[in-house]
Amino acid sequence: MAENIAVPIREFVTRSFSGQQLADEDDMFALGFATSLFAMQLVAFVEKQFGVEVDSDDLDIDNFRSVRAIAGLVERKLAA
Amino acid sequence: MLEEFADLEREYRAFADEHVAPHAALIDREECIPTEVVEALRNAGLFATGFPSRDQDPIAANLRHGLVHEALGFASASVQGLVNVHHMAGSAIARWGSPAQKEHWVPRLASGEVKAALAITEPNVGSDAAAVETRAVVDGDAWLLRGAKCWITYGQNADLFVLLAATEQGGTAFLVPRRSANLHIEPIRGVLGCRGYMLARLHLDGVRLSSEHLLGKPGFGLTHVMATGLESGRYNLAWGCVGLARACLDASLEYAHERRQFGAPLASFQLVQQMIARMMTEVHAARLVCWHAGVLRARRDPSAIKEATMAKYYASTVVNRVAHDTLQIHGANGCGSGSPIERYVRDARIMEIIEGSTQVLELAIARYGYQERG
Ligand SMILES: Cc1cc2nc3c(=O)[nH]c(=O)nc-3n(C[C@H](O)[C@H](O)[C@H](O)COP(=O)(O)OP(=O)(O)OC[C@H]3O[C@@H](n4cnc5c(N)ncnc54)[C@H](O)[C@@H]3O)c2cc1C
Repeated sequence: MAENIAVPIREFVTRSFSGQQLADEDDMFALGFATSLFAMQLVAFVEKQFGVEVDSDDLDIDNFRSVRAIAGLVERKLAA
Repeated sequence: MLEEFADLEREYRAFADEHVAPHAALIDREECIPTEVVEALRNAGLFATGFPSRDQDPIAANLRHGLVHEALGFASASVQGLVNVHHMAGSAIARWGSPAQKEHWVPRLASGEVKAALAITEPNVGSDAAAVETRAVVDGDAWLLRGAKCWITYGQNADLFVLLAATEQGGTAFLVPRRSANLHIEPIRGVLGCRGYMLARLHLDGVRLSSEHLLGKPGFGLTHVMATGLESGRYNLAWGCVGLARACLDASLEYAHERRQFGAPLASFQLVQQMIARMMTEVHAARLVCWHAGVLRARRDPSAIKEATMAKYYASTVVNRVAHDTLQIHGANGCGSGSPIERYVRDARIMEIIEGSTQVLELAIARYGYQERG
C-alpha cells in the first residue's frame, strides 16, 4: 500500500468518523462506523482525490471496508 | 455568477410560460399532465439536462439543469415533479449502470423517448428506506420480485422504474420496465398537492427479471444507486421550490399593488412590507444555496451531498413560509379555486415530505455537522 495513497484516505476516514483512529485493516462496516451517507461521500472523495471513476464493477464491499481495501482499489484503478 | 446565466433563465422561463403555465390549473384539476406538455418538454430538450455530456462545462451544466427545474417549478410544481423523478432515476442509471445498460437507456432517457420513475416507498416503509419489504430472490437465471410500492410519482405513465428491493445481500436496485408481466399499476388520486404527479401504487406479484435488470450490485441499491437518485432529486427539488417560491413572490408583489384597502394599496402597509421583505430575502438566500450546491456538484466535491441536502431542506421550508404569506396577502381572493395561490400552498406542503422529509434532512444535516466537528 503506497503511503501517498494511504495518507489522504486515512485522513478522510478519521475526519468522517469524528477523529476516531482506525487501523488500516479495521473493517469500518463491521465496526458500524460506515453509514449510507458515508458510502457516497467515500465514492466522491476517492474520485476527486485520485482522479479515478468508481463504477458499477467496483461495487464490492471488499473494495471499501478498510483503509487498506480502499487504497487497493485506488491503486488498481490508477494502474488500469 | 448567476447573472451569466440570465439569458438561459429567460429562455427557460419563456418556455415554461408558453408551454407549461397555461396548463397548470388544468393539471391540478384533472390530476394529469397532458401529452402535449410532455412533448413540449421533449422537443425543448429539457429531459436531457440531467445527462450532461463530458464536453460540457460541469458548472454550466449543473446550473443550467437547476434553472430548468426552477423555471418548471415556477410554472407548475407537478410538471417539475415529473421531470425531477425522470432525472432522479436517470442519474442513478447514468452513474451505476453497466456499460450495456448505459448505452441502451441513457440516450433514450435523455431524449425523453423513455420516461423513468423511482420506486422506493412502500405501504409500511417511508423514511426508513433500508427496511423495504419488497423482496427479490434468485430464481434460476433470473430474479423474482414480490411486494408493493406506493406514492410513486409518474407511476401512472413511466416506462421504466428504478426500484429498490431487499435481497439476501441487502437493498438492491432493479430496472423494472412498465410492461413487465405481473406488474400491476394502480393510480392514486385526490392527493393534497402536486396533483399532477400522476401517482401510483405498483404491485409486483412475481415479476421475473433477467440479470440485465440488476442496477449496480446486490447490496448497493440503497447506499449507492438510490443515494445517487436521491441526491439528484434533492438538488432538482430545491431549485423547483425556489421556482415555486418566486411565483408566490411575484404574485404577492402584483397583488399588493393592485388591491386597495383603507384607501391605500396593500403594498403601503408596513406589515405587508414585512412579509414581502422576508419573502424576498429568503427566496434569494435559497437560490444562492442552490447555486452553491450546483458548483460543488460540478466539482464532484464530497461536500456536495451535504450541500444538496441543505439546499432541499432550506428551499422546501422557505417555499412553505413564502406560500403561507402569499396566501395571507391575498386573503379570501387567494383561497378560491380559481386562484393559483391555494394551489401554491398545497403544492408547497408536499415539498417538505418528499425527497427526505424535513425531519429526516435535519437529522442528516446535524450528522454532517458532527462529522465536520471531528
Ligand atoms: C406527492 C408525493 C410524491 C411521492 N413520490 C415518491 C416517488 O416518486 N417515489 C418514492 O419512492 N416515494 C415517493 N413518495 C413518498 C415519499 O418519499 C415519502 O412520503 C417520504 O419518504 C416520507 O415517508 P412517509 O411519508 O412514509 O413518512 P414516515 O417515514 O412514516 O414519517 C412520518 C413522519 O415522521 C417523521 N419521521 C420519520 N422518521 C423520523 C426520525 N427518525 N426522526 C424524526 N422524525 C421522523 C417524518 O419526518 C414525518 O414527519 C412521495 C410522496 C408524496 C406525498
